[in-house]
Formats: sequence, structure tokens, C-alpha cells
Amino acid sequence: MTDPLALDPVLPARERSQLPFNDAALDHDERYRHFEEHVTGGGKVEATDWMPDEYRTQVLRFVEMHANSELMGVLPEREWIMRAPTLRRKLALTAKVQDEVGHAQLLYRVAEDLGKPREAMIQDLLAGKTKFHNVFHYPTKSWADIGIIAWLVDAAAIVAQQALRDSSYAPYARTMRKICWEESVHIMHGRDVVVTMVTGTPAQRASIQEALDRWWGPLMQMHGPRSDRSKDRDIHWKIKAKTSEELRQEFLGIYVPRIWELGLTLPDPNLGLDPATGEWRYTEPDWNELRRVVTNHGPKSEERLQFRRDNWAATQWVRDAILAAPRAAA
Amino acid sequence: MGEAAGAVEAEPVDEAAGVLEPWEVFRQEKDGDPMRHGGSVMAPDATLAVHYAREMYGRRQESVHLWVVRRADIHDLADPDLLQPPLDRSFKKPGGYVMREKLAAAREASGQQKPRANKGDR
Ligand SMILES: [Fe+2]
Ligand SMILES: [Fe+2]
Repeated sequence: MTDPLALDPVLPARERSQLPFNDAALDHDERYRHFEEHVTGGGKVEATDWMPDEYRTQVLRFVEMHANSELMGVLPEREWIMRAPTLRRKLALTAKVQDEVGHAQLLYRVAEDLGKPREAMIQDLLAGKTKFHNVFHYPTKSWADIGIIAWLVDAAAIVAQQALRDSSYAPYARTMRKICWEESVHIMHGRDVVVTMVTGTPAQRASIQEALDRWWGPLMQMHGPRSDRSKDRDIHWKIKAKTSEELRQEFLGIYVPRIWELGLTLPDPNLGLDPATGEWRYTEPDWNELRRVVTNHGPKSEERLQFRRDNWAATQWVRDAILAAPRAAA
Repeated sequence: MGEAAGAVEAEPVDEAAGVLEPWEVFRQEKDGDPMRHGGSVMAPDATLAVHYAREMYGRRQESVHLWVVRRADIHDLADPDLLQPPLDRSFKKPGGYVMREKLAAAREASGQQKPRANKGDR
């Protein structure tokens, strides 16, 4: 967790046009009130604007968790680069992994400007003090997992990320626009892997069905339990716009028909669109599993964190070399 | 007030300091387009900044030209007194000239009809 007091603005405050909360002559409560009015009214915030500690901390926590998930999220897929079935699949998977690490870089940049150094964010991640998404704590058992992850895990993520392109924190919103554009390729890559295997041999088809059955639970948990909109501070500050249930419903609405279209089944007898409400019904996801997994007690949590720790140590010489290099003419 | 905010941030970095600092990246999507802000990278010098910018903002042929600028070298102006002065500037904008009623009066006085739609009519 990030201590709000540790977050000093790294950018000098500036007076952005006529935004009253940037006026240093006002007292804190007045600035807070103006800021809240601005943001809840749909106004955007730049890194150089004055912002209340609660907002700075809340945005930072959100972006840092997102960055961590992008960074850790490549580890399950990375395991299959050397085992990709064709050169083209290998190129696509390598490019996806590079994209996701790139997303982590972009997001850590956004977070750094809020006042937490990248080094501190990495250290907190490696020490298990900050979290990453549940889906990246599970093993990848077959090539079919690579298709299911790139198609459905990325799809569930993109549903959330599209809603963030309008976040009140403008540097995050802009970054999400670039990220969403790149994510759309990942989904196509994943769907292509799935469709290819579904139309392949019976063994390939069975392999996809088996992977889907295994991933369905974590996918249903991914957006988190239902929450009370009025109590959600991220929604209050318009850092995000949608609740977990809204995101899950959107995901189900788009992707369940596309899964069924392939003749695949989902391991939930209660899953279906309720014609009366227009909402998807489903068996309550296992929230205890979610809690266990995101607190680093998932099947691969420790192994993946240890991989990152070893990697961090093994690449120390690169960071040292970068800082030791004589400065080129700037 | 609003002056050179970017420039105050980092002290000048000397040759051996080896400090990472932010560099802003601007990108041109295709020939003839304006340079638009893409984002930023952290680097200790221009060479690495350009290298990172190429990886982050050009690896899938989405740019034909990049500008990489040390954030501290950007001069910032956001002073509302200079940019948004509370004076009527409508005489500098086409929308500041509303003559519908005067035109109608002129037509009535001259007995002429309103001309058919003419996009250039101001
Ligand atoms: Fe990503
Ligand atoms: Fe992705």
C-alpha cells in the first residue's frame, strides 16, 4: 500500500487556465471543494494540477495495480514463446509480450509523475506489498491456454480499459487510448488461435474446451465482487466509470455468444441471459478463491514473483550501465 | 504564475550524474500531419531517450517521425491573464458578426428576395 504522505508532487504546480483549485491563495478546504466540483462535473486533471492527497493516492493505487498486472501478466504467456507451433505464432506471441511490458512502462511513467518512484513500485511488487490481477497467478498448461488468455483475458481487461479512456486523470486516459489500440490486436491473435484449434483435430478442439473450462472461474472473478456504486471512491473521483458488475455484464454480453458460436460450452449450468431483466445470470463466482489468489496465495504466485526477483537482480547491471554511461550530447 | 513550469523541475544534470529524467515524445503519424504529444520516457540522455521513444511509440510502424524533448527544456504557459483574458474578443472571430436581422431589414427596404443557399454567404 502506498502511504499518501510519501507522495510529493514531482511536477511543479501550475495555474491551468481558470481552474480555481489551482489558486494557491485559497485554503485547502476551498481548493478541495473546487476540485471535487470540477472532477465530479466531468473535468479533467493534469499531472501539474493541484489535487487533494486522497485523489493523488487513489489514482496512483489504481494505475500502479494496473502497471503491475501488465508486467506480471506476460509471465504465463512468456512460457510458451519457445513452444509456439509456428514461426508466425511465435512472432505474434513475442510481439504481444513486448506490448504488455510496454504497457507496464507507460503506466509506471504515469504513476511516477504522481510521486512514487519506479524503483519503489517494483520493490513493493516484489515484496508482495502491492497486487496484480488474479488471472496472472495461474499456470498455463497447454498452447490452448495461450489462445484463451489472449482472447478472453485480454477481452475482459479491454472492457475495463475502454471505460478508462475517459478517466478524470487525463494522463491515464490518454495512455489508455494508446493501450486499447494495441490490445485490440491481442484479442484478434487469441481469437485466431482459438478458432484455428476449434476447427482442427478432435484433440485440438478438446484442448481448447479443457482450457476454457479451467479459465472460466478466474475470468468470472476477474472484475471483482459487486460493489456499491455510491461507496466506490474510484467512481466518485471518476477515475473509473463502471462498477465490477457492469464490466462483467458487458464482457458476458459480448463474449458468451462468441464462445457458444464456436460450439464450445461454459462450465456454469446457470449461465444465461435473463430475458426479463436483460442481465446475465450466473453461478456466484468463488470470491474466496479471488481473495486467496490476489494476496499471492495462488498456484503460481510465489513462482512468478520469484522469477521477477531473480530477473530484477540479473538485470541490475543493465540499470547500472545505463546510469554510468557517459552522457551523449543532449 | 504559469511561467516555464517544466523548466523548474529538474536541476541541470551534469555530465557524470547519471540521473534518469523524463523526456516528452511527440509523434507524426503520417507525412503532413502535425506532431502530436505521445507520452514520455525516462532516460539519462538523448541517445537512450530516442531509443526508448522508438520502442514505445514506433515499434509497429505507427509513426513516421518522432521528436524527443527533455521535459525540463519545455517552457510552459498557462497564465489565464495572458491566454484567457476576460475581455470580449468576439471581433476576432467570425461568429462575432451577427447580421441576420440587419440583412432582413435591408432586403425588406430594397424589396429583394433572400438568395438561394450560398455556403460562402457571410
Ligand atoms: Fe496490456
Ligand atoms: Fe493485451
